[in-house]
Amino acid sequence: MNAIKQIRRNDQPIYLDYQATTPMDPRVLEAMLPYFTYKFGNPHSRSHSYGWEAEEGVEKARGQVAKLIGADEKEVIFTSGATESNNLAIRGVAEFYKDRKNHIVTTVTEHKCVLDTCRHLQEQGFEVTYLPVQKNGLIDLDALRAAITDKTVVVSVMAVNNEIGVIQPLAEIGKICREKKAFFHTDAAQAVGKIPLDVEAMNIDLMSISGHKIYGPKGIGALYVRRKPRVRLVPLIVGGGQERGFRSGTLPTPLCVGLGEAAEICLKEMDGEARRLKKLQDRMLKGLNDKLTDIIVNGDLEHRIPGNLNISFAYVEGESLMMGIKGLSVSSGSACTSASLEPSYVLRALGVEEEMAHTSLRIGLGRFTTEQEVDTAVDELVRHVNKLRAMSPLWEMAQEGIDLKSIEWAAH
Amino acid sequence: MSYSEKLIDHYENPRNIGSLDKSSEDVGTGLVGAPACGDVMKLQIKVGADGLIEDAKFKTFGCGSAIASSSLVTEWVKGKTIDEAETIKNTDIAKHLALPPVKIHCSVLAEDAIKAAIADYRAKIAKKTEETQVTNKDAAE
Repeated sequence: MNAIKQIRRNDQPIYLDYQATTPMDPRVLEAMLPYFTYKFGNPHSRSHSYGWEAEEGVEKARGQVAKLIGADEKEVIFTSGATESNNLAIRGVAEFYKDRKNHIVTTVTEHKCVLDTCRHLQEQGFEVTYLPVQKNGLIDLDALRAAITDKTVVVSVMAVNNEIGVIQPLAEIGKICREKKAFFHTDAAQAVGKIPLDVEAMNIDLMSISGHKIYGPKGIGALYVRRKPRVRLVPLIVGGGQERGFRSGTLPTPLCVGLGEAAEICLKEMDGEARRLKKLQDRMLKGLNDKLTDIIVNGDLEHRIPGNLNISFAYVEGESLMMGIKGLSVSSGSACTSASLEPSYVLRALGVEEEMAHTSLRIGLGRFTTEQEVDTAVDELVRHVNKLRAMSPLWEMAQEGIDLKSIEWAAH
Repeated sequence: MSYSEKLIDHYENPRNIGSLDKSSEDVGTGLVGAPACGDVMKLQIKVGADGLIEDAKFKTFGCGSAIASSSLVTEWVKGKTIDEAETIKNTDIAKHLALPPVKIHCSVLAEDAIKAAIADYRAKIAKKTEETQVTNKDAAE
């Protein structure tokens, strides 16, 4: 059942930014539609069938999400997305246990919403250890072990990085956290539905999930909160006490149903889809390597989801490349695309030099990416990289054998 | 980010890409920016016997705005004296290409590049004049 081969209109560029967001699977939309119209009831209404019907939809979805990560459905609470889930997990746990523990361990390559939550807690007096990553983007387990103290309340390490797609050793991290009696939270927004996850086998206590990264709707996510041994949280949003009191507010039934359906499709198709994407990833990389020199893949290639490539095209600035490849929608680690004028902090954390970070593109492949699209993308990338290298003074110098590091550049 | 038609035209059809012989006496070379900052411009001018800039070439590593800014100045300096070329302001470049505020630094870099090329040319002339004087002096003695 993969009747849908293409979701874009023919006048749209080829979408290769699946880590930013994913198109909603039409099967997900179909499951959601009744809950916008005749099954519109408030899932918390207990006195009539409208409510019961909506509740049934929500609870089925909760079960579908739970099954994808090997959890019990009672351990899944719905949120507005992974950002809220990350906020709730880290702040909630830190605040609840603050009388006994005051230390948090995380990594330098986390998503901004984790880093910002940690900064916020630092301002309130918590201590935070930001673990560095190795050249391949993975954390050093010995460094993690050394960082955890008896004051550590939670260790927050992302499952899959959003820029470079590398997979952290979750089972090993979980084991260390359990031994050291610290909770293990993982931001799994980029991992769920793409790699097998099992909260039991991996000793995960809290896991953040996003709807729109797994072909579900935007505006919905989930947080897995372990019940045995119980993890307690102070809620961010209070009110009617929905979602075990962790997250008040009427649930958006259609969005919950969409997330559930998206989760079920991912579980069912994960193996085949992972193999298909691996082939596409290999095809793209081979195509580029056959026709271009001086390209570097950032982050570990082996411990990586197949739907991600992050490549530095040396001597070509990322934004100018994106301007050229008009038929492709990708994103760049270059400063020029952001307001901050700083190149990607993730790439810098890997030890990628600034000049190489400026030349990087993130290419995301996903459920609706075809072989033909990959071939078109390779052709377009090769053409524009060659064109831009022909006008790059750095490329010219490199060809003349000049060591670019020997030049005293006037920084501005 | 949306760019002006003029900017896109210069990015897609850059004028005067290439290199001149940097060791030549009538060529001034300016190399400004830094790879770590994400933009490097190399701008060269060739000055004729009549004192007019008869050719200009550039190569740029940088975003579309940087490429367009350097392409534009190579067009502007041609046919000008070096004194005239020196008066080109970054604000003129930014205005012509309708650069968004975050890209103003690209026009600043282009102005720096032309100034650096002129300075290099002047330094060559000064050195040549000095050498000639020394030679003349030697001859007189």
